[in-house]
Amino acid sequence: MALIQEKIAAQFPEATFEEGDILLVNIPDAKWHSLAKTLRDDADLKFDFLVTIVGMDWPEAYGCMYYLTSTEHNTHISVKVTAESRENPMLHSIADLWSIAGIFEREVYDFFGIVFIGNPDMRRLFLSIDWKGYPLRKDYDESPELNPVTTESERQSDFTNTWVEEADGKIVKKEERVFAENDFVVNIGPQHPATHGVLRFRTAVDGETIKKIDVYMGYIHRGVEKICEKLTYPQTLHFMDRLDYFSAHPYHHGLCMTIEQAAGIEISRRAQVIRVLMDELSRIASHCLFLGTFCMDLGATTMLFYTLRVREQILDIMEKTCGARMTFNYDCIGGVMQDLAPDFVEDVKALLAVIPKNIKEYNQVFTGNVIARNRMEGVGVLSREDAISWSVTGPSGRGSGWACDVRKTDPYSIYSELEFDEVVRTEGDSMARFKVRLDEIVQSARIIEQLIDNIPEGEYCVKVPKVLKLPKGHWFRTVEGCRGTFGVYLESDGTTSPYRLKLVPPSLTAAAAVDHLTRGSKIADLITIGGSLDYIVPDMDR
Amino acid sequence: MEVTTKSMPYDAWKDNEYIEGLVKQLQESGTNVIVGSLDKLINWGRSNSLWPLTFATSCCGIEFVSLGAARYDMARFGWEVARSSPRQADFIMVAGTIVHRMAPVLRRLYDQLAEPKYVIACGACAVSGGPFKKSYHVVMGCDQIIPVDVYLPGCPPRPEAMIYSIMQLSRKVKVEKFFGGVNRQEKQEEFLKSHPIEGVQD
Repeated sequence: MALIQEKIAAQFPEATFEEGDILLVNIPDAKWHSLAKTLRDDADLKFDFLVTIVGMDWPEAYGCMYYLTSTEHNTHISVKVTAESRENPMLHSIADLWSIAGIFEREVYDFFGIVFIGNPDMRRLFLSIDWKGYPLRKDYDESPELNPVTTESERQSDFTNTWVEEADGKIVKKEERVFAENDFVVNIGPQHPATHGVLRFRTAVDGETIKKIDVYMGYIHRGVEKICEKLTYPQTLHFMDRLDYFSAHPYHHGLCMTIEQAAGIEISRRAQVIRVLMDELSRIASHCLFLGTFCMDLGATTMLFYTLRVREQILDIMEKTCGARMTFNYDCIGGVMQDLAPDFVEDVKALLAVIPKNIKEYNQVFTGNVIARNRMEGVGVLSREDAISWSVTGPSGRGSGWACDVRKTDPYSIYSELEFDEVVRTEGDSMARFKVRLDEIVQSARIIEQLIDNIPEGEYCVKVPKVLKLPKGHWFRTVEGCRGTFGVYLESDGTTSPYRLKLVPPSLTAAAAVDHLTRGSKIADLITIGGSLDYIVPDMDR
Repeated sequence: MEVTTKSMPYDAWKDNEYIEGLVKQLQESGTNVIVGSLDKLINWGRSNSLWPLTFATSCCGIEFVSLGAARYDMARFGWEVARSSPRQADFIMVAGTIVHRMAPVLRRLYDQLAEPKYVIACGACAVSGGPFKKSYHVVMGCDQIIPVDVYLPGCPPRPEAMIYSIMQLSRKVKVEKFFGGVNRQEKQEEFLKSHPIEGVQD
């Protein structure tokens, strides 16, 4: 950490530093772009993975926190940049350095109204163009009269805005077309059976070939981050079930760990083992459903029935312990809500016994099938560099040869003691993404096998004060959700509810990469590529 | 008249007063022997082959997938023909949160359904906004945009509850007058008049 700090201080004397879990660099906006370039390109730094951009409304100014990770050195850094003006907040864009930054900046613009100079596509991301106000600002007026529910079709624009800095330092707003003037644009979604929820693609096509896709999100944007600012810490947990509803346990785990770290709560070994067991069980259930729905997208309906059989068995186990089939709300601050059901061990062993048989069956039914192979092999190839630049994490990133499993790179909870392999494939096509998930089921089963006979005795939940107040400060944590790196940024001002809770979903980046992946391929491959990325729309929209 | 569906005893239903009230209201002015018998025949067919629209926005949609799979198997009841086009579907199961941006889309989907059409508000979000009551971007219940026939609480409702709700709907279909009489098309027109789409003249 000291080395990084020296290196930056030598080149940027105006930078100030704050030490913590993750080194924080303060930099004026004017120098931010060149610092970003140095961070990405310098051989000793190599921060090539942009985890997220957190928009902030601090009492003194609007600004952003940038979280960066080096995939080579496995180091982390955060950068704080504040906008000078409060009336007309502007920052310099880094969309030319990281492909995903464009989407992240659009999100910040949508929520905070911070304009990014140089971003080629500065539209709103989740809210309509006629939306009044920027919802995550602290002075946002939430009265429903201002933004009423309408049944009138939303106003659409073929144009996007971009703010350009001219040679004399003047900033000019320009209008650009989203598509070329004579493009033939086909609308896919939001109500379409193969978009996995309500996602919309505006697709410019040339015959059967895709020229460009404009991903339209926000059809299930529920404003979870804003609601959380009005709730106490234990109450915020409930929404983790409803983001990526397959990764309910890992997401809960992530937020609980962040709050526990902030409050200085140590949880018992038993609770940790239970949490990891549940995470891995839900990973199996999630991947099973992926296999089913992905194959159904490709026209193989039978697989859904085969894979849901295992999923139902897991849901039964969960239901006995957590009392629900999907929205478990099981992990809580200090441990877990209630103890394991008496026949948990027995049920899990029965599940482990059937998994190898089922995997064999899936391979027989689908993986080796010539039609399946023709439709998946070589379709939607994502290179390792692009996966990192687009921040496509999780099984999709690992299918491109990027070892990005947080359980290995940044082991949390008890993962460092467990024996399991990180599944990485190098092909980068849809088949690789499919096979990674298939193999991860085996690895998750391996983790469960190691733990199931060694669940330690002890309390499942430590005593936590009824009213939880966190000290002032900010924390950032990542965990491995079923679909990739899930990050939680928490900022507290010393009260019982968060000042800002930013959730970093893996699905947003996966959906953003669809445009890059589908260019030049056939329109039928859009379904394969979208399916293999396995994004969950409520997760990306939050 | 005891209105029930196959293999469901009449006393097992939770809200028989409602359906009895509906029957009474529908038969206030008597029933024609021929038209009434034809109604019975057609409604028997309609209530046993309700086709849902494949529509899901969030968590509830996954439970709807489970409902279609082998364990809960909605094919037993004749509901398995989930259509992707609203023009072929009988009812829409609003499975999941409806937000401001989705509201015009849902309304259009509803308008595209062929008559007679029905709506089930599935899950707490579709019923009342549910856990997202404090949100700035969530419609507090889909009945603000489209008329709802059956409300199904739960977050998400279990597949068994979904079966119960569609059974309730099929019971409602069973007592309706298909030919003439008090019919729901009039009600829909009333509803659409009180919720006009701006800029569109009928």
